[in-house]
Amino acid sequence: MIDWGWLAGHLDAIAYRTWQHVYLAALGVGIGFAISFVLALVAARYRILYPPISALAGILFTIPSLALFAALISITGFSVVTAEVPLVLYTLVILVRNIVAGLDAVPVDVVEAADGMGHSRRQRLWRVELPLALPLIVAGLRLATVSTIGLVTITGTISDAYGGLGYFILDGYHRGNFLTEMYAGAVPSILLALVADLLFVRAQRRVTPWARARATEAAA
Amino acid sequence: MPDQAARGAAIVEYQHVSKSYATARAARGAPGAVNDLSLTVPAGKICVLVGPSGCGKTTSLKMVNRLIEPTSGRILIDGADIAGRDATELRREIGYVIQQVGLFPHQTIGANVAVVPRLLGWPAARQRERAEELLALVGLDPALYRDRYPAQLSGGERQRVGVARALAADPPLMLMDEPFGAVDPIVRERLQNEFLRLQAELAKTILFVTHDIDEAIKMGDLVAVMQVGGHLEQFAPPAEILAAPASEFVADFVGADRGLKRLSLTRVSELALHPVVTARVGDPAEGARARTLADPFPYLLLLDASDRPIGWISQGHIPATGALAASLATPMSPLLDRRTTLKDALSMMLDADVQTGIVVDRTGRLRGVLTVEAIAAALRPSADPEVIASATAAGGASAAPQSGADA
Repeated sequence: MIDWGWLAGHLDAIAYRTWQHVYLAALGVGIGFAISFVLALVAARYRILYPPISALAGILFTIPSLALFAALISITGFSVVTAEVPLVLYTLVILVRNIVAGLDAVPVDVVEAADGMGHSRRQRLWRVELPLALPLIVAGLRLATVSTIGLVTITGTISDAYGGLGYFILDGYHRGNFLTEMYAGAVPSILLALVADLLFVRAQRRVTPWARARATEAAA
Repeated sequence: MPDQAARGAAIVEYQHVSKSYATARAARGAPGAVNDLSLTVPAGKICVLVGPSGCGKTTSLKMVNRLIEPTSGRILIDGADIAGRDATELRREIGYVIQQVGLFPHQTIGANVAVVPRLLGWPAARQRERAEELLALVGLDPALYRDRYPAQLSGGERQRVGVARALAADPPLMLMDEPFGAVDPIVRERLQNEFLRLQAELAKTILFVTHDIDEAIKMGDLVAVMQVGGHLEQFAPPAEILAAPASEFVADFVGADRGLKRLSLTRVSELALHPVVTARVGDPAEGARARTLADPFPYLLLLDASDRPIGWISQGHIPATGALAASLATPMSPLLDRRTTLKDALSMMLDADVQTGIVVDRTGRLRGVLTVEAIAAALRPSADPEVIASATAAGGASAAPQSGADA
């Protein structure tokens, strides 16, 4: 049922597509995070802007990806930009909301103490609020990364040049459901998502040593 | 004017300070307004702002470190208008302690204490040194607490860290907003006493907000009673507030039991203590028995070799011959420190269901006993602390123990 010969002959291609998959996903989440971070800080500083920012990110999230690709091709052609724009846009709703929620979760007494001790607004943000928001920010990144890894698969519909591991799924389909090739795309992309998820869970624990200290205390 | 001890302390002056809020905000539970507040806090003193919620006490406090800006009027620290200062710089020179403490949960206790020194750019080694010094000062072993996180501490420990943090840069002025309000009464009592002991050494200028009149009387060198709407009703030492309330509001606020409250202004050391018949462990029982039988008080107080009380032996239980053994004594009366207030002393004696409390000095040696009668003398309406002391001294003779060895 599995054509082992085909697999053996395509190891290079699988490795290349895996790398491309990681690259496209990382680029999407990276750019998405940079934009979300700025938007979230603006929303947290000027509360009145949060509802429109959040609503806009929500609307963007509802646009079907294939429709967005089709619309973008007429503007940005078959370039990597066309592949990345939807990936980036879909991360915004998750990331903006998580960063703002993280900043909101900082206890008011901690903020008051920070002000009373003489932190400037910037010092308060970087030394107190963002470190405390980190668990929710990392949780947002985890969700955004896993969903982006799934989305990269369909960037293959733009052109054979993209799609990461999704290329094998589409190509196998076009060859009349050539299952070996479809599995060669599906299994590694699932593994990628699982590995990314695991890495973020560990990162989440690493960035919150104080929460770990509490857990150890409770266990003792 | 400031004395030697108060060198590192600031003078705070409110000059016709008002703060008003738009009604819409006030309805949403905004802090209380302040109406034409003028008062001067002398250097090195604890000034307590007290009043019901909405009286503007917290607002008044937060205007000093500019967390709230006054609508009109001026606040001077050591003669300089704070409106001209950069707010963040000003705050680094003022210690700030709040009810919920507000320790940074993501930083260790050591880092939390060193927050202001870090903001001031002290070298890392000096920050660490200072944090350890302060932890020790507030009674937390630095080696044990330095690397813990706030979540691993009890409420009382966190509050101590809060005080240590406020003291880190050795500010001449401290603002304390209900600093002991979030801990249980026993811990609060201990923290209050510790803080008073600390303040006796540090002599900072302290503005202290509370809604609890008992705390105000206990902690304040000066008490400012405020009324809803931000009016200052009376600004005076606690004894004066209790003895001569300036208005009906103040009289109501301090309560009908203000005579009782005056007990909390008097400490055991201010009363003459009653002598009792004592003997040391190992003393011959015969002589001790004779002395106890001769005394109207039917008990002998047994002491150890260093004059520390072990317990009472009722006169019927003193053996006629042989030596006094520690096992004969029943430990019962509460041990009182000379700094215990009469209110606490009375409460401890009532709890233990006894008429006498044993007073010891810092090393645990007997100083004498305090009787309920002596406290009752302090309850007399006319009584003021000095009168009590001289009145009881006349009837009470010396406070020193009569040990068996003297006889």
